[in-house]
Amino acid sequence: MEMGKTLAEKILSLKSHGEAQGGDIVIADVDWAFVQDTTGPLTVRQFRESGFEALANPQQTVIFLDHAAPSPAQQLSNDHILLRRFAKETGSRIYEVGDGICHQLVVEKFANPGDIIVGADSHTVTGGALGAFATGMGSSDIAVALALGKTWLRVPESFLIELKDVFSRGVYAKDLILYLIGHIGADGATYKALEFGGEALAEMTLSQRLTMANMAVEAGAKVGLFPADKITQEFLMEHGRGSDYRSIYPDAGANYERVIPVNLNQLEPMLSLPHAVDKVRPVTQANGVKIHQAFIGTCTNGRLEDLAVAAEILKNKKRHPGTRLLVAPSSRQVLSRAIEKGYIRSLIEAGAAILPPGCAACLGLHQGVLGDGEICLSTANRNFKGRMGNPDAMVYLASPATAAASAIKGEITDPREFV
Amino acid sequence: MLDLVLKGKTIKLGDNISTDDIIPGRFAHLRSNLPELAKHVLEDAAPGFAAKVRSGDFIVAGNNFGLGSSREHAPLVIKMSGIGAILAKSAARIFFRNAINQGLPVLLCDTDRIRNNDELEIDLTAGMIANLTSGDTLSCSKMPPIMSAILKEGGLIAYIQKHKDFKP
Repeated sequence: MEMGKTLAEKILSLKSHGEAQGGDIVIADVDWAFVQDTTGPLTVRQFRESGFEALANPQQTVIFLDHAAPSPAQQLSNDHILLRRFAKETGSRIYEVGDGICHQLVVEKFANPGDIIVGADSHTVTGGALGAFATGMGSSDIAVALALGKTWLRVPESFLIELKDVFSRGVYAKDLILYLIGHIGADGATYKALEFGGEALAEMTLSQRLTMANMAVEAGAKVGLFPADKITQEFLMEHGRGSDYRSIYPDAGANYERVIPVNLNQLEPMLSLPHAVDKVRPVTQANGVKIHQAFIGTCTNGRLEDLAVAAEILKNKKRHPGTRLLVAPSSRQVLSRAIEKGYIRSLIEAGAAILPPGCAACLGLHQGVLGDGEICLSTANRNFKGRMGNPDAMVYLASPATAAASAIKGEITDPREFV
Repeated sequence: MLDLVLKGKTIKLGDNISTDDIIPGRFAHLRSNLPELAKHVLEDAAPGFAAKVRSGDFIVAGNNFGLGSSREHAPLVIKMSGIGAILAKSAARIFFRNAINQGLPVLLCDTDRIRNNDELEIDLTAGMIANLTSGDTLSCSKMPPIMSAILKEGGLIAYIQKHKDFKP
């Protein structure tokens, strides 16, 4: 009898031209391979060293200048020069300073259901929201993917995250994925695929799916996959890629290593305490902790929907005088639409500093590095010690609503007070 | 080619050593200057680490070693510090693959049975660790054949230079 396939098995079977089952090693065709400016220079050197002259698929190779954009240091500026030159020499695509975060641009422009996407960045998993098998790798693996147009993959076993009901007021996808990471643990899904399913998906926007897929890696997972459905199709149509749509679902009777049911209406606003993403608590347990900086942005929560939630809360209000408020839209398109819709005006009038589309303060190399003893509430995906540029600082992770509410009060605040 | 029998002393670290612990983002400007970058290896998590390592030492850690970023600079600076292999109860997926791609063995075993400064002899082919200090022997979990092949060549780039393709 033929076994049903998980989403991961389905995509990897298709792309390896065989029957892929959890635990198998396959060689799979790569549809998109990309690097960013802090992993790209090493990738370029590894590629040169590999002995290959040309890219297997130049137009499916993408370079993003987003992590140090604009560059805060001459060494990073020189890394940008190296990447621009490589793009020119090899005919690969390149996105410049101010265009946006690699994962957001991959989703806006390239990722299609059923694709294999490999990126030299751990949050490449974001593309799983569109039903693409998208996973992060290091520079050597990407260099070889650039040369060969394929990569080797261990087919992951899958956990099914079965979602029911709808979010209650003030609760968002970020709260759900933080809850799940707390439940699974930072290494609970190592080498596995998280596959999201259940009746709640019918009401779950693509922006919410992106937030969840983005953080699959924080539970150790190789990929965070959503089926491609009507909502995926609408997103692709909005982005001028309706003809790239194909429906992808797991088979009935697929074999899951674990099934984790979650009732969305039972969730409350959540946060991660310093210095671990899986130290997850209800926001109410950290109520009143003073914050020096609130940061809204990143590949996790810098999209239009996120800015809309924050702008709605901050409209006609002011940030607390003791709390800086940083906002970094995740792409040029997001920034442009947020201007059209008036979100940026609300945020500026509330006292926000608007940063250029890009990774901004997330990884601690510029645009919001914390001082000694300072506390930041961030909408990003990581809060490891030293993450925001200072090992003597602390980072809490939460939703844009929690960040906006906390910026007003100057301390960690349950957003349900404001929505 | 990689040496298949390794001998050295252990440096013990804890659980959840992240790539930000190994080489923080604030040093991103040094990523094209590896000798300078390597001076900062593990400086927040284990102050003085770079000065303490003797060539051939082993890192012995707990759960989820290397969680976080895909930066291959993390295993690269560990290797540059002189570390001969990493032993852990578990390792994050991307780090594990990156370390093997850099020719740095990562062995998964019950590291509670190893103490700081023990002397170990590791047989990579057999996946066995002899603790010369305690007399204990440990076995490691096996890696897929393609990873063993990459490791034996000394890393992925060396493997590709030789084979020009994946040889599963």
